[in-house]
Amino acid sequence: MVANAEALSAAPAARRSLAPGLSIGLSTVYLSVIVLLPLAALGWKAHGWGAVSTPQATAALKLTLGLSLVVALVNAVAGTAIAWTLVRDRFAGQGLVNALVDLPFALPTIVAGLTLLALYGPKSPVGINAAFTRWGLLLALLFVTLPFVVRTVQPVLFELDRELEDAAASLGAGRFTTFLRIIFPSILPAVLSGAALGFARAVGEFGAVVLMSGNLPFKTEVVSVYVFGRLESGDSGGAAAASVVILLTSFGVLLAIGALRRWVTRHDR
Amino acid sequence: MTAKYALRFASLGYLALLLVAPLGFIFWRTFEHGVGPVWAAVTTPDALHALKVTLVLTAIAVPANTIFGVLCALAIVRHRYPGSGIVNAVVDLPLALSPVVVGLALLLLYGRGGWLGGHGIVFALPGMVLATIFVSLPFVVREVVPVLREIGTEQEQAAATLGASALQTFRRVTWPAIRWATAYGVVLTTARALGEFGAVSVVSGRLAGQTESLTLYVQDRYQSFDTTGAYAAAVVLALLAMATLLLMTRLRPKEGIQ
Amino acid sequence: MRRISLALLVALLLPALATGASKGTRLTLVAYSTPKDAYGQLISAFQKTPAGNGVSFSQSYGASGEQSRAVAAGLAADVVAFSLEPDVTSLVQKNLVAKNWNKDTYKGMVTRSVVVFVVRDGNPKKLKTWNDLLKPGIQVITPNPFTSGGARWNVMAAYGGALRSGKTPAQAVDYLGKLWKHVVAQPTSAREGLQTFLAGRGDVFLAYENEALFARRRGQPVQFVIPKATILIENPVAVTSISKHKAEANAFVRFLHTLEAQKIFAQNGYRPVVPAAARGFNFPVRPQLFTIKYVGGWAKVEKKFFDPKTGIMVRFIGSSGG
Repeated sequence: MVANAEALSAAPAARRSLAPGLSIGLSTVYLSVIVLLPLAALGWKAHGWGAVSTPQATAALKLTLGLSLVVALVNAVAGTAIAWTLVRDRFAGQGLVNALVDLPFALPTIVAGLTLLALYGPKSPVGINAAFTRWGLLLALLFVTLPFVVRTVQPVLFELDRELEDAAASLGAGRFTTFLRIIFPSILPAVLSGAALGFARAVGEFGAVVLMSGNLPFKTEVVSVYVFGRLESGDSGGAAAASVVILLTSFGVLLAIGALRRWVTRHDR
Repeated sequence: MTAKYALRFASLGYLALLLVAPLGFIFWRTFEHGVGPVWAAVTTPDALHALKVTLVLTAIAVPANTIFGVLCALAIVRHRYPGSGIVNAVVDLPLALSPVVVGLALLLLYGRGGWLGGHGIVFALPGMVLATIFVSLPFVVREVVPVLREIGTEQEQAAATLGASALQTFRRVTWPAIRWATAYGVVLTTARALGEFGAVSVVSGRLAGQTESLTLYVQDRYQSFDTTGAYAAAVVLALLAMATLLLMTRLRPKEGIQ
Repeated sequence: MRRISLALLVALLLPALATGASKGTRLTLVAYSTPKDAYGQLISAFQKTPAGNGVSFSQSYGASGEQSRAVAAGLAADVVAFSLEPDVTSLVQKNLVAKNWNKDTYKGMVTRSVVVFVVRDGNPKKLKTWNDLLKPGIQVITPNPFTSGGARWNVMAAYGGALRSGKTPAQAVDYLGKLWKHVVAQPTSAREGLQTFLAGRGDVFLAYENEALFARRRGQPVQFVIPKATILIENPVAVTSISKHKAEANAFVRFLHTLEAQKIFAQNGYRPVVPAAARGFNFPVRPQLFTIKYVGGWAKVEKKFFDPKTGIMVRFIGSSGG
């Protein structure tokens, strides 16, 4: 059989030699022109590193990272709870709720910001005015990052072998202990992945926060709005420098979470 | 037992307060005075132009990224070449970048004084097209790659031995296998392209009727105290989003609920 | 495969449909954030004149500084209308506007206004003078002077107002520093500033008079106070040197100075530059009104206050936020 396989792959090689070249070549060129070239220009033109360490810039960075971390944590809990409700529970309209979770992926961010502002802003019918506050920012970021943890945890929960849980129950373990000792370790990598994705998304979010935030420096100015402001003030070099800094910070955190996730998975064996 | 109900209540409550209530409220507020004023707001010349701009951006970005997506997925999975790992990572970059940063990068490259500057790309439709393509790039690739990995090369190799050309192999063997994954990727790409705001905000010149997309139009109306106009345009985008959501639900790999 | 080819075909055709057949001349107007309504009406009126017949317009509105930089970065404009002269001067330096743009009767200006205090209905905090703004706890909203033209007028009005009240230049700069400690928000443009104020932030919003009038016409619950000492705002308009339709663009700018157009400006709250057009409108003259010359002229002022690295305002902006 092995000999046959070799014979099989040798024959059509000549005829197919064009195909790999085409797909590799075209896709690489496309990727370079669309993604790499502009990013290279960004890195090249980033100067004014002094601008990145101003109090305003540092405040924006601290606020963004802090909020994104909080959002990641809230999502880890809420996302898992929602995933559980969708996988383990059973009620009428469950399919609709499942579809709804994808709404933040489908809805334009500016529309998300507008809807939150309408209900929880200055003209709120329920008297909650979160506009120009950090709570408003939190709300907007929670909205756009909602699906991440849910969607990473759902498949894992679905695949989970119930035997272990049943065994634990038969040995007298309470529901909470079962969750902590058996279920949680299995879903932890997925929770971390989803939380990391949500974190990265929150750090860069612009459309949902731009109406809510009010650009109050030191109070509600997140780093994407700060970069926009630098750009509008004519300081495109400084804007680029700030962009590079948040890029590197995000990647750093993502790498750290990725490593943590691998450690958890390895540790689990 | 109560734990189950408590959890259900908490989860659904969270979703209701965060997602459903705001969206439902906006629909209610928009149609408070009937469909008439909404229709009027949505059919003004500026609004229609903005819708056209958004649809044009999407109509260019989606096919481009679909073709690229399939080619790139094939390149990454089937033709393991040095650097395919890097390509895989670069494809994911747009997901990690803030849209403002994307717009800024394009501005620095194509604006006056940039390496490719002075050709009327930024502050015009081409710049917005590039921005939209950039941000909606990863989706088809990411959906097709796992499927390609999963189905393996056996059938394709078999077809090749029977004398099929690369194109025939693709059409008869590969494509039917990745068809639905591609469709799902296309839907995600479309949703992302329709909703793009941050990147086009930076590279547009906000020329009403020319470089104002529907998302930019929403912001513009809101800032001009025209809440009716803003809400009406937002509702149009929300309806498009829901249609996309419906397609996403239909095409999503069926797993994850009872 | 077929689905993709079809989509691709449609995608290739759509751009062609989108650009459409352009008949006649199309002028691009790039303006600052507040006169959108006014220019809408002016363009309609212009199109009814023989010179404007068949001329269509693309319009873009945004913060004055931002718009000026956009034009410098490649935004193709035929006519630029900014909040203050330096935003045109920077384009002259880049050879995008002719050097003689302001050598006409009106020195290149098309409208005037004054800086006012926009306060809540009833003026509950009783804010009337520049010193009142320093009362403890008073929260001020003014746009960011590095993006918004209106904000630069605000700064110079505050500075000049301090000079008028007898302070020395050093003391007046000191006043600015104290004032900026009361600033709680610095939105990008004048129009965004109004949004922020109307959303409930701050006790006073420093604005153009025409913006205040605009808010009142929209039924917003505000009123405005014109301080005794305030600056005369003058807004320039110019035809760009890269315009492909200079004849029509110049015709439009000429039209803006006719009695009819100036009356439209007045209806929208702008003080006309043609005196006859102001008849019948209530634009109070203030006893201690001054112009930009009083505080040194734009060239000096831009360097001293608004240089992005060494300007006085750079220091103060960072200290705001209370």
